Amino acid sequence: MKNTLKIFAALFVGAMLFASCNNSESSTNGSALSSSAAEKVYVAPGEHDEFYAFISGGFSGQLAVYGLPSGRLFKVIPVFSVDAEKAYGFNEETKPMLNTSHGFIPWDDAHHPDISQTAGVVDGRYVYINGNNTPRIAKIDLTTFETTEIIEIPNSAGNHSSSYVTENTEYVVAGTRFGVPVPQRDISIKEYKGNFKGALSFLKVDPEDGGMEIDFQILMPGFDYDKAHPGRGDSHGWFFFTTYNTEESHTLLEVNASQNDKDFIAAVNWKMIAEYVKNGGGTKMPANYAHNVYDEETHMATSTMKKEVLVVDPTEVPGALYFLPTPKSPHGCDVDPSGEYIVGSGKLSADVTVHSFSKMIKAIEDKKFAGEAYGIPILDFEAINAGSVKQAGLGPLHTEFDGKGNAYTTFFISSEVVKWKLGTWEVIDRKPTYYSVGHLMIPGGNSGKPFGKYVLAMNKITKDRYLPTGPEVTQSAQLYDITGEKMELLLDFPTVGEPHYAAGIPADLIKPNSKKLYKLEDNKHPYAAKSDEDTKVVRDGNTVHVYMTMIRSHFSPDNIEGVKVGDKVYFHVTNLEQDYDVPHGVSMIGANTSELLIMPGQTETFVWEPKQVGVWPFYCTDFCSALHQEMQGYVRVSPKNSDIELSWGLGEDDEDDE
Amino acid sequence: MKTNLKMLLGAFVLLLFVSCKNDASKQNNSAASTNVETKDEPRTGQAFVKDDESKPTVLHIAIGSPDHTTLVAAVQAAELENSLVNAGPLMVFAPTNEAFAALPEGTVETLLKPENKAKLAYILKHHVTPGNYSKDFLKKFKKLGQASNENIKVEVKDGEVYVGGAKILASIKAGNGIVHVVDKVILPKN
Repeated sequence: MKNTLKIFAALFVGAMLFASCNNSESSTNGSALSSSAAEKVYVAPGEHDEFYAFISGGFSGQLAVYGLPSGRLFKVIPVFSVDAEKAYGFNEETKPMLNTSHGFIPWDDAHHPDISQTAGVVDGRYVYINGNNTPRIAKIDLTTFETTEIIEIPNSAGNHSSSYVTENTEYVVAGTRFGVPVPQRDISIKEYKGNFKGALSFLKVDPEDGGMEIDFQILMPGFDYDKAHPGRGDSHGWFFFTTYNTEESHTLLEVNASQNDKDFIAAVNWKMIAEYVKNGGGTKMPANYAHNVYDEETHMATSTMKKEVLVVDPTEVPGALYFLPTPKSPHGCDVDPSGEYIVGSGKLSADVTVHSFSKMIKAIEDKKFAGEAYGIPILDFEAINAGSVKQAGLGPLHTEFDGKGNAYTTFFISSEVVKWKLGTWEVIDRKPTYYSVGHLMIPGGNSGKPFGKYVLAMNKITKDRYLPTGPEVTQSAQLYDITGEKMELLLDFPTVGEPHYAAGIPADLIKPNSKKLYKLEDNKHPYAAKSDEDTKVVRDGNTVHVYMTMIRSHFSPDNIEGVKVGDKVYFHVTNLEQDYDVPHGVSMIGANTSELLIMPGQTETFVWEPKQVGVWPFYCTDFCSALHQEMQGYVRVSPKNSDIELSWGLGEDDEDDE
Repeated sequence: MKTNLKMLLGAFVLLLFVSCKNDASKQNNSAASTNVETKDEPRTGQAFVKDDESKPTVLHIAIGSPDHTTLVAAVQAAELENSLVNAGPLMVFAPTNEAFAALPEGTVETLLKPENKAKLAYILKHHVTPGNYSKDFLKKFKKLGQASNENIKVEVKDGEVYVGGAKILASIKAGNGIVHVVDKVILPKN
């Protein structure tokens, strides 16, 4: 008791003591970077960055596009969350993108972007990214940098071990974090063990347009499937998933899911299962999930509810599934560029465990099993283990590769990136991160061909790293030069939302394909007005459709009369410009929605339900031209019982006799 | 009046610290000369963030305790400050000065030598669990997985909780976890 008192008294002074200590310490921290670091990240005005970095926004639900090495932000692509700036989820065209079996869901938690690959090399065609919360996978087209497809994943919850592509983008893979009843039903949570399942979903990708369809779901035991990566090279055809909670607990997981000294990495021979399914294997079960596709020609998304999914019981495909014992609730699951090493980072461990693919194959051949779980063979740890990086730091999370035989692992608790050598497992270098790093990214760093010039560390906590902004401060990314033996910290920049994970690629693989505009002649929007002759206003009961155009610097029509209180007015607005970087915006007073931001050649729609009689203005919200401020118009709203006919015009003369 | 007293107390400690700080930096320099990795690099990281609003971390609690000066010296020698202010959550079993003194003579001095930094760090990590559990709640456990990668046993005798053979004397909640004061140094098997 006396001791406790002493400690409490000391606590206060101790805190003060320490705070003062920091003062003097931090004054010496300022010049940690050499001046050459500035040169290495300086991209002169008008010059382009060498790499694109697609950094997920985590809980923002979006995907941000940055340049490396400058760290400049170019675009925030709305994916799973509505975005008033771009009218995503606000205009009539994109609302279906956010449709799910639970209805319209305006937000999600965007985690792991992955760039499509051809022959094991990032090809820059699409980025796939997972929504965690209401399980979904999205596709972003890298010619338009827009989200063009979202598919919901049934039988899944906490879609976390997603969305990784195979070597030739044959599949995008989505694994469930939560075990759930399959099919969902009203049972006691206490019946978890044995009754809840973990679905690993394999989405077949159309090589032509990158479109996704669920080919099959493997119904695994109800563990938590945490992270995943595909095999490559010799291990192409396999997929690896870390698991935790092999205890199958449903409560207080921080205690109950840490009881087993080892959990598993699940090794899935997807080629074998794909073959099995192709030959009629698996069972079709009823399901209900949304598949939303955006059509670039109609500028419109459609949502289709799918009613069936093919499920596979893993025990019915012998040889397709094995468990690799891996210490302490492994989190990161990373495969080196050769495909030989599978790295599992036990987040509660001090060590990083590395398994060997060739040893795994040999262990399967030699039947070196240590038991089984739900009929799935567990391989003997010693028989498959290649080695481990010992005591490299605290809280290992994720690993990427430089293609020169080195691996880089983040450590959350000790806030550092550790460089180590594949094969010898020796630590070569360690550098602090500021602070509490999660993922890291080397462009192409989890493919067959990394571009090992930089590593980007993504930090969850920044505390004093920037000018403070109240209790909520930004998260950050830190860029290191990895061309030398030792890593060099070059740059530290704030990010959008939580920089959960990122995918990087040389800019030259994307730049030439980036579209400048949408061709007006290809516009197949049913309400498009492709010239001033097409403009009109049409009434259908209480619904009014306005076919409107916009060009520097007017709307057509810009005067509309005959709208009445209680009407539902659809403004279908087409941007007639065919000139690079001349978008127009439009917004209407009192419209219960966002502005529209319309690219050249595109048509978008917003709805206005006028509630008050009067003459109400609308205007262009994007500073489009020298006469931007003149780009405006009026709608006259008359009482509900008014008999004023619809009329519209542009540049008509005033009436003389009034 | 109470505040005045506190301020006086604080000012006194500040004075104390100026001298302590000099000593500390001397120590750092000598450590740096024998340790390639930290040479010429000032100590940075979360432990050095100026923050007098947050609830003290497990590190700050140890630093503030007169009964844990040996532990704090060990943490500084092992350069584990930044890990101990991490979001964690961290549960630290903090042996008292007496507990360290009970080790065979010369043990602490040897461990504090720069060439034994890794060994010292390992022992200290053996006193840290990723987690945050009260003494009472610990009774639910049979074992704990320590940051050293080894497990330690949890036992209850006469209502008291023992971890790795060390008795929990007192517990203090921290901003990033909890400190359990223990009466023994918990020595790892490896």
